[in-house]
Amino acid sequence: MTTASTPGARVVMDEAAVAAALRRMAGEIAARHGDGVPLALVGVRRGGIPLAARLHALLDAAGRGGVLVGTVDITLYRDDAATALPNPQIGRSEIPFEVEGRVVVLVDDVLYTGRTTRAALDAVMDYGRPRAIELAVLVDRGHRELPIQADYVGLRLATSRRERVEVRVEPGAVVEVLGPAENAPSDEG
Amino acid sequence: MTGPVRHLLGIEDLPARDIVQFLDTAEVFFGVSTRRVRKVPTLRGKTVINLFFEASTRTRTSFEIAGKRLSADVVNISVSTSSVSKGETLLDTVKTLEAMHPDVIVVRHAASGAPHFIARHTRAAVVNAGDGLHEHPTQALLDAFTIRRAKGHLADLVVTISGDIAHSRVARSNALLLTRLGAKVRVCAPRTLLPVDMEQYGVEVFDSLGPAVEGADVVMMLRIQHERLTEALIPSTREYARTFGLNRAMLARAKPDAIVMHPGPMNRGVEIDADVADGPRSVILDQVEAGVAVRMAVLYLLAAEAGQSPLS
Repeated sequence: MTTASTPGARVVMDEAAVAAALRRMAGEIAARHGDGVPLALVGVRRGGIPLAARLHALLDAAGRGGVLVGTVDITLYRDDAATALPNPQIGRSEIPFEVEGRVVVLVDDVLYTGRTTRAALDAVMDYGRPRAIELAVLVDRGHRELPIQADYVGLRLATSRRERVEVRVEPGAVVEVLGPAENAPSDEG
Repeated sequence: MTGPVRHLLGIEDLPARDIVQFLDTAEVFFGVSTRRVRKVPTLRGKTVINLFFEASTRTRTSFEIAGKRLSADVVNISVSTSSVSKGETLLDTVKTLEAMHPDVIVVRHAASGAPHFIARHTRAAVVNAGDGLHEHPTQALLDAFTIRRAKGHLADLVVTISGDIAHSRVARSNALLLTRLGAKVRVCAPRTLLPVDMEQYGVEVFDSLGPAVEGADVVMMLRIQHERLTEALIPSTREYARTFGLNRAMLARAKPDAIVMHPGPMNRGVEIDADVADGPRSVILDQVEAGVAVRMAVLYLLAAEAGQSPLS
């Protein structure tokens, strides 16, 4: 088992587990979308970018070629963008292909409230009208605040809202949880 | 940025790292303008007031488009339609606007320091869109952005600015910004249009265009205003064109890959020849395009309030 990179952190996936999860997810994506389907993976900045690259490599190795890769930055689409702007370092969105008529799989590391995904959906739509948008996440930690669900999930993880889920993809992937234990009372009712 | 920049009143007090952040942020917005939907929802519910005491179609339009592409509500108030003509003071105008809770006020005024005065009397962020002979910071930012896109960097470039240096807030803001980011700035004008204290900005001063253009990476021409004729500061526009106009022969003295800039509006045939303005080295229309992206970055960063709520 990989050791935690942060003291007190609990490792829930090591490199082998992450690799196995991504292999399975790539297989599910390929099974759902045959060679004739124009397909693109769009990593949500920043955690989703290396995962999109790994999924792309896995799809390629499995003979599912022609998959395009892009990235999307959701800073400008946050639902609190105008009132609580973060340290305003906006990353660039790079979708160097026509999304019109394409199946776009959004890739992110952790699915939590669903607000990031909502913002990413709007961002992608502003590039055109995809045939469909799907969602692939390495970890679904629950606690949704919007009606959003993932199509491809690496690990469903029961967490408390007070915990933090950290995903490091390179070098040597690891998913770890920090903070109070699972059954700690939620601070948000 | 150490803290959010509250206002953009001039380049003078803007540290290099803040300038770079404006330019880097503008790169992102430059991409937005090339998409199918040229609009992001970021400043939804925010109000931007363009308060123009001096006529300026291009700057006002640029700010208006920038605000609208960020989904802000943009209101234009120009001098001819405002209460100034009825005798209202600047302070009363500002207090009246303040009562409507704008988030950003973009000001152009013929008096140097007017935006600073307004900034002291409003909770809104204030952007100086040109004040008297003082500064025009967003023009300097968009010029730097254009140069950086064309050349990849600003440090060590030789930038020649030629025209009515004495009466140009564009020249002043550009000299401040470009020297701060490491460019070598030359200013050039007839002696009657050269301020005496220009060296304090760390620029080289020329009163003849040929030597000023020699080996330059960037040649920026500024408009000669017709009132300089009536003030007898230049003998005639034809004389000015002959000695200080940028034509193809003059441009040949610059570096082979030198770019030509002009903040507009141009006097074709006076400070710049049409075939140079429309030629392959001209980035004059790129400047206009950069203007929207840079002003989006300025509005975005100024409307930013401290604090970040978690989002996952």
